[in-house]
Amino acid sequence: MTTQAQGASAPPADAPAKKGKLAIYWAASCGGCEISILGIDTKILDVANAFDIVFCPCIADGKVRDIEKMADGEIDVCLFNGGVRTSEQEYMAQLLRRKSKVLVAFGSCATEGCIPGLANLHSREAIFDNTYQETCSTENPGQVRPQPATKVAEGELHLPVFYDTLRTLDQTVPVDYYLPGCPPESERIWDAIEAIVTGQLPPAGSVIGSNTTVCDFCHRTRTEKKIKAFKRTWEVIPDPDVCLLEQGIICCGVATRAGCGCLCPQVNSPCIGCYGPNGDAEDFGARLMSALASVIDSNDPQEIDRIIQDGIPDPVGTFYRFSLAGSLLRRGKLPARGNGHHHPAQKAGVS
Amino acid sequence: MAERVGVYVCHCGSNIAGKVDVEEVAKWAGEHIDGVVVARDYKFMCSDLGQKIVEDDIKKEGLTRVVVAACSPHLHEKTFRRACANGGLNPYLLEMTNIREHCSWVHKDPAQATIKAKALVSAAAERVKYQEPLEPMFVDVNPTTLVVGGGIAGLQATLELADAGYPVVLVERLPSIGGHMAQFDKTFPTLDCSACILTPKMSEVGQHENVRLVTYAELEEVSGSVGNFKVKIRQKARKVDYDLCTGCGVCIEKCPRKVIDNEFEAGMGTRKAIYMPFPQAVPRVPVLDTESCIWFERQRCGACQKLCPTDAIKFDQEDEIIELNVGNIILATGWKPFDCTKMPQYGYGRLANVYTSMEFERLCNAAGPTNGKIVLRDGQTVPRSVAIVHCVGSRDLNHNAYCSSVCCMASLKMAHLVMEKTGAEVHSFYIDMRTNQKDYEEFYQRLLQEGVKFVRGKVSEVTDAARAPHEAGKTIVQCEDTLTGRQQRYPVDMVILMGALEPQADAREMGLKCGISCSMAGFYTERHPKLDPVATMTDGIFVAGACQGPKDIPASVVQGAAAAARVQGMITKGKVMIEPVVAKIDEEHCSGCRICNNMCPYNAIEFDATRGVSHVITALCKGCGTCVSACPANVISGAHFSNRQIFAEIKGALWDALGAEETPVSAEMSAP
Repeated sequence: MTTQAQGASAPPADAPAKKGKLAIYWAASCGGCEISILGIDTKILDVANAFDIVFCPCIADGKVRDIEKMADGEIDVCLFNGGVRTSEQEYMAQLLRRKSKVLVAFGSCATEGCIPGLANLHSREAIFDNTYQETCSTENPGQVRPQPATKVAEGELHLPVFYDTLRTLDQTVPVDYYLPGCPPESERIWDAIEAIVTGQLPPAGSVIGSNTTVCDFCHRTRTEKKIKAFKRTWEVIPDPDVCLLEQGIICCGVATRAGCGCLCPQVNSPCIGCYGPNGDAEDFGARLMSALASVIDSNDPQEIDRIIQDGIPDPVGTFYRFSLAGSLLRRGKLPARGNGHHHPAQKAGVS
Repeated sequence: MAERVGVYVCHCGSNIAGKVDVEEVAKWAGEHIDGVVVARDYKFMCSDLGQKIVEDDIKKEGLTRVVVAACSPHLHEKTFRRACANGGLNPYLLEMTNIREHCSWVHKDPAQATIKAKALVSAAAERVKYQEPLEPMFVDVNPTTLVVGGGIAGLQATLELADAGYPVVLVERLPSIGGHMAQFDKTFPTLDCSACILTPKMSEVGQHENVRLVTYAELEEVSGSVGNFKVKIRQKARKVDYDLCTGCGVCIEKCPRKVIDNEFEAGMGTRKAIYMPFPQAVPRVPVLDTESCIWFERQRCGACQKLCPTDAIKFDQEDEIIELNVGNIILATGWKPFDCTKMPQYGYGRLANVYTSMEFERLCNAAGPTNGKIVLRDGQTVPRSVAIVHCVGSRDLNHNAYCSSVCCMASLKMAHLVMEKTGAEVHSFYIDMRTNQKDYEEFYQRLLQEGVKFVRGKVSEVTDAARAPHEAGKTIVQCEDTLTGRQQRYPVDMVILMGALEPQADAREMGLKCGISCSMAGFYTERHPKLDPVATMTDGIFVAGACQGPKDIPASVVQGAAAAARVQGMITKGKVMIEPVVAKIDEEHCSGCRICNNMCPYNAIEFDATRGVSHVITALCKGCGTCVSACPANVISGAHFSNRQIFAEIKGALWDALGAEETPVSAEMSAP
C-alpha cells in the first residue's frame, strides 16, 4: 500500500451546500461488499442525503459511457471493490481513478486481492483448463475457451481479456484510502463515510480503521505462548476461555487489524485474517509466519519440521488466504508470455 | 525536506582500490543516487584528513546524512560517527557500508566487484535517508566482576582486580582452584617448581577480602548486559557444609573407599570417595563423590559423618542456585587435553608404557603418586630410554589443524627432567621446533647440549611388535627421519605423547550463554586478533588464557592481567554507553497477544497484566530485533533498523534489477 494518489486528496465535503457524487464499483469480487454497504441499514438514507449515487452497477442502473462523459475529478468519492483480473476491470479502475477525487480500495479484494488473488498460484492457462475442461461437471469436447474477439455472422464479438495475474487496485492505479475486510463491516463503512462527509480523513494513503489487532477485542486469557502442535479446527473443540493460538489452532487474530469486533473467535472459531495486516505491515503472511515460528516450542529441527508439516498442510491458504496478490511474494516467470493480452489468440482454437 | 547525502568511498590504500574502481563508484553515486550532493573518494578515509573531509562537508555543504563506503563498521563505525558528531551531525545519521571484506577482498573480477560496490553504496544511501537521530543512553557499571575459571589466568585476573579494591566472584568448576598448573611439576624454561609459584597466589585468592570464591560450581545462566549482568551459578552439592568444615581432613583419612583419580592425578593415582584434589587445595573443604561413596551406594558406612568433629558432612545437601549481579565477566575457562586414544596408531591405552603428557606430569611431580620417581607402569622399573612424540592431535588435519603452542617447550622440559632424574636416553620426535618466546630458544640449545636426540619427523606408529631381537619387550617408535630421509625404528622403554590443548568440551555452550562466539576449533573469538585480544564482541565479556587459544603460563598470566585492566577501566569510568539501537513497543496499539514474551534472549520484555500490554526494558534490550520480527501486529519497532530503512536498503541494493519488474499493467488497453 505504498502508491500515493496524485493530487486527489482534497476532502469531498468542502462544499456542503451541494450534494457530492458517489460511485460504487465492483471488479473481481463476490458482491458481498455491496451487501455490506446496504447493511448500514437506514443510514443509507443519510448517504443519499449527502451524495448522489452516480454509478453502482450492483444496485442501480448506470452506463459506463455516462461516466466517460463526466469531467475528470467530477466524482467526489468512489468505493471500488474487487481486484483487477480482466482488461475491462483495468479500464474501469483507470476510468474511475480519473473521474474521482477520492478513490477508496474497498474491501479485501481491492486492498490485497482476497480469495480471487489465490488464483495467482496458477497461470491463466491452468485456470482456463480447470474451469472449462477439467472439472467433472464440464463437458467441452470442442475445447472452447473464451476469446477476446469472436467473429459471428452478425459481426465481431468482444470479451474482456483475462490476465494471468490478479492485481490489487493500488497495483493498477493510485489509491487514496483503504477500507479492509471481507467484507468491511457495516459499522466500519459508516465510520468511513462519516469521516469522508465530515472531512476528518487520515493522511492520504492510509487505511481507514484502527491500528490494533483482533486480539485487542478478544476476551480469552493469554499467557506466554508455547506451541507443541498445530491443530486444525475439526480436530478439537476449543476451550472457549483460552487463547485459541495457545490451544494450537492457528488464529490469525494476532496479526489481523481489528475492525470486525472479533466475530469469529467469539464463536469459538479462529480468526482467518480477513481484515488484513495491522499498521503499516507490508506482508500479512510473513508477519504471521514469523510470529508462529517464534512460538513453536522445540529446538530440534526435525521435530519443528514435523510440527509444521502435520499442523499446516496448506501454508498459502493459511497465511495468505486474503493477501497473496498484495503481498511481497511475487510469482516466478510464467511459461506463457506474461499477461494474456499480449497474445490474445494463443493456444485453444475458436469453435 | 529532501536529505542531503554525502558519499565517501575509501581506497584503503590498495585494499579496496586494487579491486574496486573507487573513483567510478564515487562518480556514479554522485550522478545516479537521489539526494547525493557530495560524492568523493579518498586514499584513507579513516585518517585524520579523511575524517576532516566529512566534517568540513557537513558544515559547508549542509549534509544531513553521511555514507562511508570502506571497511567493516566493527573497525571504524565509531571513527566516522565521531567525525559526524564533530561536524555537528547526529552520529546515527551515518551509514557505513563494507566494500572491503564484503567486496574487494572476496571478489576476483574488478568489473564485477565495482558493480557490487555500487549496489552496496546505493543500498546504504537509500537507507541512510530514513535513519533517525538517536541519543545514546548511559547506565552505571556494577563494580563486581565475575571470573569464570580458577586456573592461572583466572587467578591472575582475580588478584589484579581484588588488589585494586574491586569485588570479584571467582567461580571454579572443580573442588579447588589452581587449574592445570597445579598438576605440573616444573615450569619451562626456568624449571621453577610449579606449585611453589602457584600456591601463594591460590591462598591469596582464598583469603582475599575482596574475593568471593565459589568452587565446585558452574555458571548456569547469564542475562542483562554490560555493566549490569545477572548471573545464575549452580553450586553443586559438596555434601560438606562449607561453613562448618575446618578442613581437618579426618573424613578423608577415615573414608574406606579408594578410587582412581582421573581428574587431578590423570588416572595415575587414587583418591578417597570424599577428597580434596591435592594437599594445597583452596578452599580446604572436601567434596564427596556420590558415585563412589558407599553411603550413596547402599546407605552403609557413614564414617565421615560419624567422625566429623563439626558435623559438617551433609548427605542430604542439594545443588543450590546462587544469583548474583555483576558488571563484567571474564571467562578464563581454560583447556582440556586431547584424548590420545583417538590416535590408535600411537598405542595409548593399549600399550602399557605409552603415557600422555599429563600422566607424565603427575609421574614426575614430587607430590604425585610416585613421589616424583619416574617409573614404568609396573611401578618400579626405571626407564632407560624415553621417546617424546610431539604434535599428537595438533598440526594434524585429522584432528586439530592448529599448533598447540606449548608442547615443544613442555617436551623440552620433560626431556630435561627425564635425563636429570633417570639418566635415560631421550629421543624427541618433532615436526618443527617452536621455541619463540623469551629464553625459550636458549632452553632448546641447553637441551641440545644436554644430549637429547632430536628426530625431525612425524611418528607413524608406536608398537610392541618386535621385528628384531633388540626390539623384544620394548615399545618401538617408527618414524621417518626427514633430515636423513630414512625410515627408522626406535625401541624404547617409555613413550610420552604430547597431546594437543583442546577447547573445553562445553566451550561453545558456555559461549552461547555469554553471547560470544567460538572459532572453528572451538576457542573463544576475541574482538580483534591483534588489537583487542581479551575483549569480545559482547561488551562486558572478556576472555583470558587458553580458552581463547592454546597458551603457556606467561601468556595466560598476561591475558588475565589484561582482562582485569580492561574491566578496571570500565569500573573506573563508572558508566557505560548503551547503544540507543533498541526495540520499542507502541503500547497504545499493542493488543497484548504475548507472542513476544518469551522471545527475548535478554529477558528485556515484560508483560503488564493490568494494562494488558507488553513493554521493553530499555536498559536490557540489545536491539537484536527478534521481537521486532516476531510481533505479528507490527507494533514493535527497532530503532536504526526500521522496516522503512530495511526496505529502502533492499531497494537500493537492487537498483539495477528493479524497474523492469515494476512496470504497470498494460497501457495499450482498449475499452471493453
